[in-house]
Formats: sequence, C-alpha cells, structure tokens
Amino acid sequence: MYRDYILDHYKNPRNSGELPGATHTYHDSNPLCGDELTMQLRISDGHVDDVRFSGKGCAISQASASILTEEVKGKSLDEVKRIDREHVLANLGIPISPARIKCALLGLKALKGAAWGLTAWPGEEVKAK
Amino acid sequence: MAVTVRAPASTLDVARIRADFPVLAQTVRGKPLVYLDNAATSQKPRQVIEAMSRVFEEHNANIHRGVYEFSERTTAAFEEARSKVARLVNAPSEREVIFVRNATEGVNLVAYAWGRDNLKRGDRIVTTVLEHHSDFVPWQQLAAEVGAEIAVVDIDGEGRLRRDQMSAELRKGAKLLALTHTSNGLGTVNPVREIAAEAHAAGATVVIDAAQAVPHTPVDVQDLQADFLVFSGHKMLAPPGSGVVWGRAALLEKMRPFLYGGDMISRVSVAMTEWNELPWKFEAGTSSYVDAIGLGAAVDYLWAVGIEKIHEHELALVGYLLPRLSEIPGVTVYGPRTLDDRVGVVSFNIEGIHPHDVATIFDREGVCVRAGHHCNQPLMTRLGVPATTRASFYLYNTTEECDALTRAVHAAKKVFGV
Repeated sequence: MYRDYILDHYKNPRNSGELPGATHTYHDSNPLCGDELTMQLRISDGHVDDVRFSGKGCAISQASASILTEEVKGKSLDEVKRIDREHVLANLGIPISPARIKCALLGLKALKGAAWGLTAWPGEEVKAK
Repeated sequence: MAVTVRAPASTLDVARIRADFPVLAQTVRGKPLVYLDNAATSQKPRQVIEAMSRVFEEHNANIHRGVYEFSERTTAAFEEARSKVARLVNAPSEREVIFVRNATEGVNLVAYAWGRDNLKRGDRIVTTVLEHHSDFVPWQQLAAEVGAEIAVVDIDGEGRLRRDQMSAELRKGAKLLALTHTSNGLGTVNPVREIAAEAHAAGATVVIDAAQAVPHTPVDVQDLQADFLVFSGHKMLAPPGSGVVWGRAALLEKMRPFLYGGDMISRVSVAMTEWNELPWKFEAGTSSYVDAIGLGAAVDYLWAVGIEKIHEHELALVGYLLPRLSEIPGVTVYGPRTLDDRVGVVSFNIEGIHPHDVATIFDREGVCVRAGHHCNQPLMTRLGVPATTRASFYLYNTTEECDALTRAVHAAKKVFGV
C-alpha cells in the first residue's frame, strides 16, 4: 500500500500551499481521523488554470490529493467533472481497505466542493439526494 | 524522552485467561492477533458467549410479561444480572441500576431526564477537556438549549487534571459536574472522590463517566459520592448493547422518564399514565435482556479473576511498554509518565507518520490499535495534534504483545523512512 510514489507524493506534495487569486475554495475534513484538506482553484473560461491544496492528514489522503491536483491542472471543467471515485482509486494504484476509502477520496470531495459546491462523498451522491 | 517506571508484578495466569477467549486464537494476515484496542471494546470470554447462547437455546421469552416458566426464568436471569451489577459498583440498592445500551445512552438519559428539569439559564456546568464526546456533547447541547454556561477544566503537561483550576471553577458555583473517572484518550485516572466532595460543597450534582474505569479498576459509587455514574458493558467483556446508569434513588424518583412506552408504566388510561417503579420506569420497551444477562456473566468472570489483579496486570504492561516505546527516536508518548493514577492506555505519535498510516501498517503486523481522535476532539486540540495512535490493554494482554507493538513501530518507521 505504501508504494514509493505514494510516499513521495506524501512527503513532497505537488501543488501544495495557498493559491493566490483563487476563484474557488473549499475546506473539508474526514470526521473519522480528523484529516483536514483545503482545495483551491483558479478557474477561467471553463478551465482550471491553477490548483493548490493544503491540509494535514495521512499519507493516503495527502498523496491522493496531490495526484489529483496534477491531473486537473489545465483541464476543462467538463473533463474535471468526469473524474469520479473509481478514477481516483484507480489512479492511486494501490488496494484501499474499506476503512481508508474516505482518506483516498477526501481530495476529490474537496475538489468537487470547490468547483461545484458539491458536498456529498464521491460515489454517494445519489444516496445523499 | 526517557521514561523509567517501576511496575508491579502481574499475578494473573494469562495463558489460562486467554484460553477462555476464542477470538484471541485467530490470526490476522497470517500473524497472531495482537488485540490492543480494549478501550474501544473488549473481547468476550466463552463464559459470556455461552451465558447468552443458553438464553436463546434454553429459555428465551420476553421479560416482565409472560406468566409462563420461560418468561419467569429469563426475567430472573435479567434481574440477577442487575443485582450483580449493583454489587459490582456497591450500589445501595438494585433499584438504582438502570440497564441502557451503553454509556452514551446513559449520559443522554441523565441529560434529558434530570438535566432538562434542573438546569436553567445562567446555571454553570463544570466539565473537563478529558471528556469523551459522550460526556461532553450531551451537556454542550443541553447548555445551548437552556442557556447554561460550560466551564472546561484543563490538564497539565502529563495529561492530569488541573486540580487548582477545577477547584476554582467549582468555587464559582456549579449546578452540575460532568467528570470522566478515567480518560479514554490518555488513561489518566481523576481524583473523583475529592472533586465530587468539592462539587457537592458547591451545590452541584455529580455525573461520573466510568466507561473506562469499571472494566479496569474497583469502582464504588458510595465511596466516590457520585450522584449518577454510567458505563458500558462491551468494554468489560460483555456484549455491545449492555450498559448501565446508576443513580441515587432520591434523584431517580423525582425525575421524569427518559423514554415512554411499554414496561415503564404501572397504569395507563386514555387520559393519563402512572410510571412504573424504579428501575423499570427508565427501561421502556423490551430491554436488551440477553445483553444484560451477558453483562451479568462478565461481572462473574471479572470477579473470579479479581478486578484489582486486572488493574495491576495492566499497570505491569504499561510499566513494560512505556520505557521501551518512549526510547524509540521520533516517538512522543502523551499522558501520564508514571504508573500513579492511570490505567492501561498508552497514546503516542510517531513523528512524520499520521496515526492512520501507523495503524494500517500495524494491521499488517497483526497489531490492532486505535488511530484517530478517540471521540476526544477537545483533548486532541489541547494536545495540539489531529489524532494519536492508542494502545489499550486488558487482562489477556502480554509483554510479548508489547514487543509486537514496538516491532510494529519500527516497521512503520522503516516504511516511511523516518
């Protein structure tokens, strides 16, 4: 589970810190472990010009958010919208036990919160309705 | 951080005790199960499992209702469990022992049935930063509802209650003291009797959360001078669904019921209802009677082993683990550094590794620990950490399991290169 690239993203998070001129910001947390994550986007013309995240949490939540920011930077919102739970888990490339799923999805949840104000856990949107 | 402690010797026959717990013979990912999450819940001996199976297999029927033999036998077993619990905590009367699902429900019972009628705008509630959410959130919400104030007493650097602050808060006047007997996050045991005396002098009613105390140390409600005391069965070898509120009869008599319905009434007409006597006034609906009977069997088991001996055994394990754990570079241990006034809870962090990752790596080594905020977020905030890793002992744990834990710490450090 703790592959080298996961630990690398954890120790050297990409796109980490405050985003100057952010147009969209969303803060979220995982009640189970108290992980905190803020996702900031600068969106113009339907594209994610820049993205940064900050937070405190486990290797899985931080690496997952880091990988996600690399992916969405420069993408159109339509493309970003298609990123779902399965995509994030596949991108992580490691088996995630049920107890750690929310760690892996916290970044995506915060991203969707920032871009569209969605507050449901990815994959549970229908249930939440 | 060097820690040296002189531990008492354990007098328990742990091998024999372990043979009573079927789950302890299980393996996890090919490794022996090392169960160190007893503050979350305990494992169950076959004596408890069999006592519950016997009800289902031999005489199951609803309690307090049937006039046939099976109902009478089940009722007798349920009420016998109550009398065992009463003796366990030295309650003056069995009438004062109310069965609930768990300590959380117990605190809610007191908050609703006593708190709502006795706390008013401007009243002060004194509590501590050591409280589990179960003994904090109900009071926080009630305070907001009625306009009462909450004072939260702090801890010192070793996780012990600031006695000076507690006395000062109580001297300002208090209507309620909500105090944990033993911290689930740090293992600190509070000087309940002294504080309860000060609280009474201030005119406060005293509610004690003994969820982490009754399973591990002798608890005497009369000696403590408590007014209410709650605990959960599942942390003391009994099944989940068994919990207890003990309360002074004089207070319980004056209180309104918590839940309304069947079994808690003596007479119902279309116009009005009269409540049943204590304790059944507070036990609406069909109780979790098989769980309560399991709790009775757990009390028998704890008595047979000896609760004082269990406490000494756990302290021996803390005395073994604490110096070994705290000498590992990068490990920070929270809570008391000595064996005085504590139980077998050891909370720690490894620098550079989130507790969730620690627990995941421990799991691969077969070591079960709790990682998170332990339903203790105000305490985590006070400690300045989002979470900790917590190992918590019980009567069946061994020094070999402590060694497995320290090996797992080294394994986690290796994975993360710290």
